[in-house]
Amino acid sequence: MRAFWKANQLKLAPWLFLAPGIFMFVLYVILPVFQSLDISFYAWDGLGEKEYVGMANYVELMDDEAFYTALQNNIIWLVLYMLAVPAGLFVALFLNQTVRGIRIYKSLFFFPFVISQVVVGLVFSWFYDPTNGLMNVLLNAIGFDSIAVLADERFVTYGIIVAGLWPQTAYCMILYLTGLNSVDPEQIEAGRLDNAKGWRMLWYIILPQLRPATFIAVVVTVIGALRSFDLISIMTSGGPWGSSRVLAYYMYEQAFSEYGFRMGYGAAIAVVLFFIMMIYIAGFLYKMYRDEKGH
Amino acid sequence: MKNKNNLFKQSLATLALATVFSSSAFAGKLVINTDTSDPAPKKAFEDVIAGFEAENPDVQVTLNLFDHEGYKTSIRNFLTADAPDLATWYAGNRMLPYVNAGLFESVDDVWENNGLNKSLASAAASMTIDDKKWGVPYTYYQWGVYYRKDLFAANNIAVPTNWAEFKAAGATLKAAGITPITIGTKYLWTAAGVFDYLNLRTNGYDFHMALTKGEVSWTDERVVKTMNNWKELVDAGFFLDNHAAYSWQEALAPMVQGKAAMYVMGNFAVAPLRDAGLTKDQLGFFQFPEITPGIEMAEDAPTDTLHIPANAKNKVDAKKFLAYLARADVQTQMNETLGQLPINSASVAGDDEFLQAGFKMLSNTSQVAQFFDRDAPAEMAKAGMEGFQEFMVKPERLATILKRLEKVRNRVYK
Repeated sequence: MRAFWKANQLKLAPWLFLAPGIFMFVLYVILPVFQSLDISFYAWDGLGEKEYVGMANYVELMDDEAFYTALQNNIIWLVLYMLAVPAGLFVALFLNQTVRGIRIYKSLFFFPFVISQVVVGLVFSWFYDPTNGLMNVLLNAIGFDSIAVLADERFVTYGIIVAGLWPQTAYCMILYLTGLNSVDPEQIEAGRLDNAKGWRMLWYIILPQLRPATFIAVVVTVIGALRSFDLISIMTSGGPWGSSRVLAYYMYEQAFSEYGFRMGYGAAIAVVLFFIMMIYIAGFLYKMYRDEKGH
Repeated sequence: MKNKNNLFKQSLATLALATVFSSSAFAGKLVINTDTSDPAPKKAFEDVIAGFEAENPDVQVTLNLFDHEGYKTSIRNFLTADAPDLATWYAGNRMLPYVNAGLFESVDDVWENNGLNKSLASAAASMTIDDKKWGVPYTYYQWGVYYRKDLFAANNIAVPTNWAEFKAAGATLKAAGITPITIGTKYLWTAAGVFDYLNLRTNGYDFHMALTKGEVSWTDERVVKTMNNWKELVDAGFFLDNHAAYSWQEALAPMVQGKAAMYVMGNFAVAPLRDAGLTKDQLGFFQFPEITPGIEMAEDAPTDTLHIPANAKNKVDAKKFLAYLARADVQTQMNETLGQLPINSASVAGDDEFLQAGFKMLSNTSQVAQFFDRDAPAEMAKAGMEGFQEFMVKPERLATILKRLEKVRNRVYK
């Protein structure tokens, strides 16, 4: 036993250290993935007998308008949420100076990320309120009609995304602020000598050095967009008539909400969402792999 | 140190013993789970329990209060995992999933032995599935039109009793710059109340029940007739603007401020309206007016109920409690606190004017619907209410919406 340990210590130790993590990951992530896949082939209300229905849930999903609305909203979320990355960069550049009290300004800009998404959702619901909301009071003051953002199927998703961008921008800002700290002053100096200023300086000197920060910012923003659940739940509950649902919310509604409890159908939505995420995760893993190899 | 350690061990042992005792219910321990988290229902239940304990000193009741919304999902867990001896729920189709899954206990003997078939006759139908009774109802409340008396008087409007008068009243209010009906459809179910009444008045109770039971197509011309009546109101601007942005509580505000005159609602709206400052001379109630002449005026009156879970540990005392809860004097007192109507025919309704109005209205009909989301199965209810909300904003999509509901119907009722 002892001899075996001596001989293989170097090989075994990392696995021993990884074991708790692997155990948790298998128990709470890997197994549920397969369980979901399994449940998606059944009709089940969570209480009674499961009934095997084969691909019926998926067939129904393909013919479900609500599914396509949710899918479309997911794509809108993914695209528009990316605005948080450049927005965060510019706020960070703006705050990256040494004046009196800059720490206070920085924390004020970071504030929305610290407060709960539920609070953000509530604040924006009041902001959009058709009668007393600040937005409509302002619109009326300059002579426009009120817009009920959250009750109008044309605007509702964009309205929620704007609310989501507020904390997400703050998050990206913090990432860039730390990134800016490690920008090499000598390179900036060298750039200056070569007459680089403003945009050119930003594009050719600063941004390349911020690449790690940008990478992380994009990753967390994509994740943020895909789990855009709490804001939708707080601000609209998916409404009006389901036009602000995303896949994650639709899945929750079908499986766990007051009128839901179609576990099989919810699981089918989860599986579809999983495969959509897989595309992104695969790309992410590939990039990581390539980067590690390159160095 | 040693002493301390002993003490610690001792208290640990007591603790363990205590948990053993509290989790295993001996005869004489009764656990009740309720969703009565609001002040009035909470007090009503506490009073009932106090009364029951006074009459049955050997029984000790534990009350577990749940948040009203959270209860709807918790019940699924505790019925299977750690069942109480009694649990509140709702009548009608809403209890079907639990009855089908064998999680509720049939209580026919309680009904039989205590003469409830007679005293609770009005609610018997809504408690029956497969010819068995599955619980005991203890309260219900009327739906109807709550209105601003002073606004009606100021515009010389009499209480409308038929469709033409109702529309004329709305037109007059509209001309005076007042929104005829306030409503907040953010959480959907309020729209279902309007649909229930329009359909009950247009096509009658039997048709409405057939529709919610899935026996009639949603594209049936009678449904279209109901929806066209609704469209008349929508097109005439009867309903509050941007109603999809408001909850039902938020929609109370325009009525309190005098910007809206009517609210199709349940009796629970009275308390907040009064709290907001509406006086006796300002707030009134009338029955939803007749639409198709000659059809009996059926009503929506949701019933709240108490059930014995199949996994309950102390069914003997649970049945005793149900019998107590069904008694006339108990229901009288309880509903006094609740501000709602007792089910027992020998009970007395509180002398609040709205309770009396509701009591009179409901005594005149044998046709009582529970509510759209309790009469129709959950999936159908959800799709239906979403459709109603969409229709109230985009009435031109009627055909698409009905086709979608028909698709859901074909899937839900198999």
